[in-house]
Amino acid sequence: MSKAQPPQPSPPQPLTAAPTTPPRAQAPPAAPAPTNPEPVRAKEFAAKFTAKFPSAKVDWTKEHRVKLTVTPQEVGEAALFVRDSLKFDHISTVSGVDWIARNELEVVYFVGSSVTGLEDFVFALAERVPRDDPVVPTLIAVWRGAEYPERETHEMFGINFKGHPSQAHLFLPEDWNDLPPLRKDYVSPGR
Amino acid sequence: MSMAQESEYSPDSDRIMAVSLGPQHPGAGHFRIRLWLDGDYVVRSDPDPGYVHRGEEKMSEYRNYIQNVPHLERPVILDSSNILFPYALGVDELMGSKIPPRGQYLRVIMSEINRIISHMYFLGIQGYFMGHTTMITWCMGDRDFWIDLGERIGGARVTFAYVIPGGVRNDIPEYAIEKGLKTCDWFDKRMDEYEKIFFDNPMVRQRSDGVGVLSREDAVALGATGTVARASGLTFDVRKDEPYSSYGDFEFKTPVLAQGDSWARAYVALLDMRESVKIIRQALKKLPQGPVRLKLGPQPRVPAGEVYSRTEGARGEMSYYIVSDGSPRPYRLKIGVPSAKNLRILPHLLKGVHVADVPVIYWGLNYWPVEADR
Repeated sequence: MSKAQPPQPSPPQPLTAAPTTPPRAQAPPAAPAPTNPEPVRAKEFAAKFTAKFPSAKVDWTKEHRVKLTVTPQEVGEAALFVRDSLKFDHISTVSGVDWIARNELEVVYFVGSSVTGLEDFVFALAERVPRDDPVVPTLIAVWRGAEYPERETHEMFGINFKGHPSQAHLFLPEDWNDLPPLRKDYVSPGR
Repeated sequence: MSMAQESEYSPDSDRIMAVSLGPQHPGAGHFRIRLWLDGDYVVRSDPDPGYVHRGEEKMSEYRNYIQNVPHLERPVILDSSNILFPYALGVDELMGSKIPPRGQYLRVIMSEINRIISHMYFLGIQGYFMGHTTMITWCMGDRDFWIDLGERIGGARVTFAYVIPGGVRNDIPEYAIEKGLKTCDWFDKRMDEYEKIFFDNPMVRQRSDGVGVLSREDAVALGATGTVARASGLTFDVRKDEPYSSYGDFEFKTPVLAQGDSWARAYVALLDMRESVKIIRQALKKLPQGPVRLKLGPQPRVPAGEVYSRTEGARGEMSYYIVSDGSPRPYRLKIGVPSAKNLRILPHLLKGVHVADVPVIYWGLNYWPVEADR
């Protein structure tokens, strides 16, 4: 529990019975939407990010998405930048990918935002590690919601999240004694 | 969690008692919550999912993009169209498919029917956990009319396998449109009765008002989604945030409540269903003519690339991360399900509550163990 912040007791919210729908700042999209709009915002985010982390690699940009790859050494700092400067405040999904031909494992954090005007955007922050020594720092201190998804990525890909409070099996049986099942060299029984 | 770790957490073994709720408990589903109790209070809890883990993600790597359709809806058969919707969107995006308008409308209709089917089940069990058994009989009964409607459109009763890459599997029969509009009108009246008998019920209010309060800040930090987020004052709704398919064509609101307690989490589902009925009615009335699907063939070639697609399922943001290497099968397919996203909130909410409130809080998160395990 070194890096994880303990959950704070939440004060009860005032009771208001009536449902409210706050006005949304986003305008609805124009009726004849272009088929392949230029991903302007994604490119802006990528530019801001690469200005701060010049070694980062822009994997792809789409209208509502951007994916950037950094090294495991700077992922902690990059995550703080994404949360505090770019305002992506919560984890949506964490995924691993086994690039066995390149002898690499990839971890991708998909983060969303609750800030008005940014809700439609998903930021993907990725890092790659060698398959023989897959150690990356945990990002629980940045996004509290990363705890279970990182645990799942650990058991399914064998990626070690340094500083994670518990990497016990979440979905796999306690006595699972084989390769991490989502690695490409693990073959499902009967295949 | 192993037994060794378990015994480590006993600051005062005479006082703290470890209890296992589930996995065979009739209410908990295929899911276990380990509770550490001090008298009647929960001092710590540790959710233990995985009893119904089937390896859907590994399975999809062995099957092609069309073969993946039926098994991908198995994790949440209550909400089967909504778990397939983002998959279909993702594959469409990778292939650059343009779905015919009628197909897009039918996708929306089926997805909203599934939302109602799922919410009715959720409300029924939530009523049961609050000791209001009328609720489960009403919800299960009324849910059947929507299942009937889904059967007339999709041909099956729960696992429709209706939303597929390239459009929808088949067209809607003419008589189902009329039947659907009738069901909508009847259900509107029915929901007024639900408000009176369930949500204004003093017993229900006593059992759920102020129980398991999730503040807006915690909801953001822990990544709450769907009904849980909207009951805590967040306006998350992918249908509005990023209007996919033809959701931009319909008038509807995103219901948001500020309380963040178990009552609000149930009530927001009812408000959700009111909006779903509105969408279904508009879509059935405005249903464009034309084809409903593209001809993809049994083994479509999907160009290499990556996509992260998401939709608003009944329980919240349903997302897929699909990596294609150009072969007929996905190289990697990650299903980001709302139940797994909301599971992180459970240990946070259970801290310090009475044991009697555990089922209400647990089910209020709209958690579906099979969906979370995949």
